Amino acid sequence: MGNSMTEQTQTPETQSAPSSQEDKPDIIRVEQMHKWYGDFHVLKDLNLTVKQGERIVICGPSGSGKSTFIRCINRLEEHQQGKIIVDDVELTDDVRHIDTVRREVGMVFQHFNLFPHLTVLENCCLSPIWVRKIPRKEAEATAMEYLERVKIPDQANKYPGQLSGGQQQRVAIARALCMKPKIMLFDEPTSALDPEMIKEVLDVMIELAGSGMTMLCVTHEMGFAKTVADRVIFMDGGEIVEEAPPHEFFSHPKEPRTQKFLQQILQH
Amino acid sequence: MAESTMKPPKKAFHPIAWMREHLFSTWYNSLLTVLVGYLLVTSVGPLVSWVFLDANFRGSEPSDCTGAGACWLFVSQRLNFFIYGFYPDELQWRVDVMFILLAVAFVPQFIERFPGRKWLGLFGITGLPVIGYFLIPGGLFGLETVESTKWGGLMLTLILAYIGILASLPIGILLALGRRSDMPIIRGLCVVFIEVWRAVPLITVLFMASVMLPLFLPEGMNFEKLLRALIGITLWQSAYMAEVIRGGLQAIPRGQYEAADALGLGYWKKMGLIILPQALKLVIPGIVNTFIALFKDTTLVLIIGLFDVLGTVQSTVTDPAWQNVAVEGYVFVAFCFWVFCFGISRYSQNLERKLDTGHKT
Amino acid sequence: MKKQTIDSRPAGPKPWYDPRVRSLFFQAVVIAFVFWGGWTLVDNTLSNMESRGISTGFGFLDESAGFAIIMSLVPYDATMSYGRTFWVGLTNTLLVSAMGVVAATILGFLIGVARLSNNWLVAKISLVYIEVIRNIPLLLQIFFWYFAVLSNLPSPRQSVDVGGTVFLNNRGLYLPEPLTQDGFGLVWGAIIVAIVAVVGLKRWAKRRQLATGEIFPTFRVGLAIVVLLPVLAYFVAGQPLVWDIPALKGFNFGGGITLIPELAALWIALSLYTASFIAEIVRSGILSVSKGQTEAAHALGLPNGLTLRLVVIPQAMRVIIPPLTSQYLNLVKNSSLATAIGYPDLVAVFMGTTLNQTGQAVEVVAITMAVYLTISLLISLFMNIYNRAVAIKER
Repeated sequence: MGNSMTEQTQTPETQSAPSSQEDKPDIIRVEQMHKWYGDFHVLKDLNLTVKQGERIVICGPSGSGKSTFIRCINRLEEHQQGKIIVDDVELTDDVRHIDTVRREVGMVFQHFNLFPHLTVLENCCLSPIWVRKIPRKEAEATAMEYLERVKIPDQANKYPGQLSGGQQQRVAIARALCMKPKIMLFDEPTSALDPEMIKEVLDVMIELAGSGMTMLCVTHEMGFAKTVADRVIFMDGGEIVEEAPPHEFFSHPKEPRTQKFLQQILQH
Repeated sequence: MAESTMKPPKKAFHPIAWMREHLFSTWYNSLLTVLVGYLLVTSVGPLVSWVFLDANFRGSEPSDCTGAGACWLFVSQRLNFFIYGFYPDELQWRVDVMFILLAVAFVPQFIERFPGRKWLGLFGITGLPVIGYFLIPGGLFGLETVESTKWGGLMLTLILAYIGILASLPIGILLALGRRSDMPIIRGLCVVFIEVWRAVPLITVLFMASVMLPLFLPEGMNFEKLLRALIGITLWQSAYMAEVIRGGLQAIPRGQYEAADALGLGYWKKMGLIILPQALKLVIPGIVNTFIALFKDTTLVLIIGLFDVLGTVQSTVTDPAWQNVAVEGYVFVAFCFWVFCFGISRYSQNLERKLDTGHKT
Repeated sequence: MKKQTIDSRPAGPKPWYDPRVRSLFFQAVVIAFVFWGGWTLVDNTLSNMESRGISTGFGFLDESAGFAIIMSLVPYDATMSYGRTFWVGLTNTLLVSAMGVVAATILGFLIGVARLSNNWLVAKISLVYIEVIRNIPLLLQIFFWYFAVLSNLPSPRQSVDVGGTVFLNNRGLYLPEPLTQDGFGLVWGAIIVAIVAVVGLKRWAKRRQLATGEIFPTFRVGLAIVVLLPVLAYFVAGQPLVWDIPALKGFNFGGGITLIPELAALWIALSLYTASFIAEIVRSGILSVSKGQTEAAHALGLPNGLTLRLVVIPQAMRVIIPPLTSQYLNLVKNSSLATAIGYPDLVAVFMGTTLNQTGQAVEVVAITMAVYLTISLLISLFMNIYNRAVAIKER
């Protein structure tokens, strides 16, 4: 963990961001962030700045701390040192700050985590109604809009248990979007899916990326990274090892650890 | 890869920090802690002094209980009665032998790596009851006969629970198989039998066994009270046992049944060799739990006039020679039951955990 | 073509190798055996009863009972029939069961939630409570409360006196009894109006939330209506309520409501014992809702309270309700231990005294068992309906 990395993250635009985003404000700032599980040092001195509308893919071997990292951004996990500032709000123990941040940050989980006792539509409307206090009619209209965008409006009145994995994950994306978040976090959204369903979820994500949403995405889908990412971050052993625009990352990886990882993942 | 030598910021155990996190995290937690803490302090102190500090342990007469605390003399003076009931003193070695055999057979079950514990367990459910059958009542091999009316105390409690569970096992297996049978009449009969017994309280079953059983039997034929109670307990318990075993049978995947069919095994061979061994292993925790329930329920026999451990204590706490010893007596019985039940339930929880992991891997 | 298929069918097995025939034969044997057994039992019973001079049938129910019962909810005295003793016993059983269910549920949920508290002391105390209480026989606990605690209370003359209105002694707990006077109808009316108003308010609040998204504090306002309206009506009507306060008359108390120690001991023991099982059910029900559900709710910005109310509790209840109902059933069955301390429940009165006096063992045992069977079937019927209603839909 040297100076080189801090430098890199402090001046991301010179290396990675496309010119169109240079003038956009920062929406996430992570500064020298550390996290421990008991004595185990999971995240080590992470630094990252994300500009509005940026799309970032985080990859790395399992156990590298990438999921933990993005779960820290909406405080599903606590960090113990350093700073995380999301949309100008710093994440501390203060419950009000946490709630404010969570309202603006949508998240999609590996195992969907839809509420099994509520219909698809109710899943989507729950938070807009209770947290944003939007009238139900309006919330339902918004929900239907997003369900159409993820191409399953016809399933609105079914229960999650009646849908396929791919459909469930698309509902989960729609549910997160219904809160009109500024940032979307994806925690391995395709890892629990059968191969034939991965594409339908990725298509939705690609479409979402095209709409200018800020996205942080932990995934192993390198094709997705190549098409939509502005930057690819490679993590290993709880550290950010390398950070580069996709074309550079895939064709000229600098760090030996990155090279090894890419060999393993692209070979099979 | 440089291993981090950094340590988490608040690593050292700090009592104040610990208390702030676990006792005083919010205002209502603080309030609760203070309230509960106050109740605890005001009740534990007197309790400890009643049980230990001010208690009376020495002496032999009721009048020796002079301290303000518990009169444990009462328990130690009557211990023989509480354990053996009216079993003659000079023959109590026979009961002791059974206690020792019981301990030899089952205590090793709690110790993971005890050599040959499976065999000891097997002895516990086969050889042990046979030995007990000859040893406790006597009458054969030159052993003096002891009427069952003289049995009592802890010994009777153990006999009731042990025979109840052992005898209900085979009946329960048959009922469980019957409930899952393809034959509608067999299934119907088993369902009715199981559901009727499970719906009624044990006390009605015991009443029935003590007043109705004699009416059912041909004239001149009659059982002693203990046997009647045992029949009632066994029938009642077998319905619960059947439901536990049915749970195990349902947990066996269809593939096992199909594989047994594919091997050309008949019904009884399929069940006996393939399905039941797996199902029974799965439901051992469940069987242990029903045993605990039955063990506690055996106290009900005192209502029909048998002297189990609670019955012996209940019959002596009213002894006018001793003043106000009910609490001491009840605490003693409660302690006996608690040690057994808590120990056994821990055992079954461990077993459950082990079975769980066994399935996942 | 058709004919050919019939012809090419394999020859049927010999009847005794045909599984269907075997199954029929086997079932016929079992039926015959059951009938033979049943007939033998009936025959034995009839001849036994004849030789003992016991008549059969339910005629005894109309005969006069001739014994007193210490507590009854329906009017009863010793001149009434044995049939009446059945109703006294049944209502007493239902009373203590209902009281037990309410207390055990409240206590059980509290302790179950406390077990998961982040307050270390509270969590540990709940654990100790659960592990101690559920591993001690219920009958012993009933004895403890009845013989060791309630019998050691002071005599009526030295009663524990709470403000001169509530008295506690070894004969029971004496509470003032509210006696309604003329004009109390207004208060009843106010209660009904308040309930209707709260229902209306709830609907209105929901409609308003649907329309505008604003959440109305229904609970607080509703509570205020339910409390204030009847109180207002009470004063308007000129306080039409008189309290019959128990008072020492001779050696015992008269007036007011009496909770006899038998009932109190049974109620306390049943509630505490069943609560320890309910607490475990509640705990495991809440734990059964996966962490992912809470995380997803948090990620959507739902604060802790709403997460619990909208996501965790609805799912936990599905897991909790079935074992909970079977605990209620256990409580009803366990209430029969009343007979050991003399609380006049169904078993004590009907299966005990009535059976002893009449000798009609078969009829009495059959009626008693039928009652418990009916209660059990009703409870499981309710549970099946509930389960079907809330079952999470899977494909």
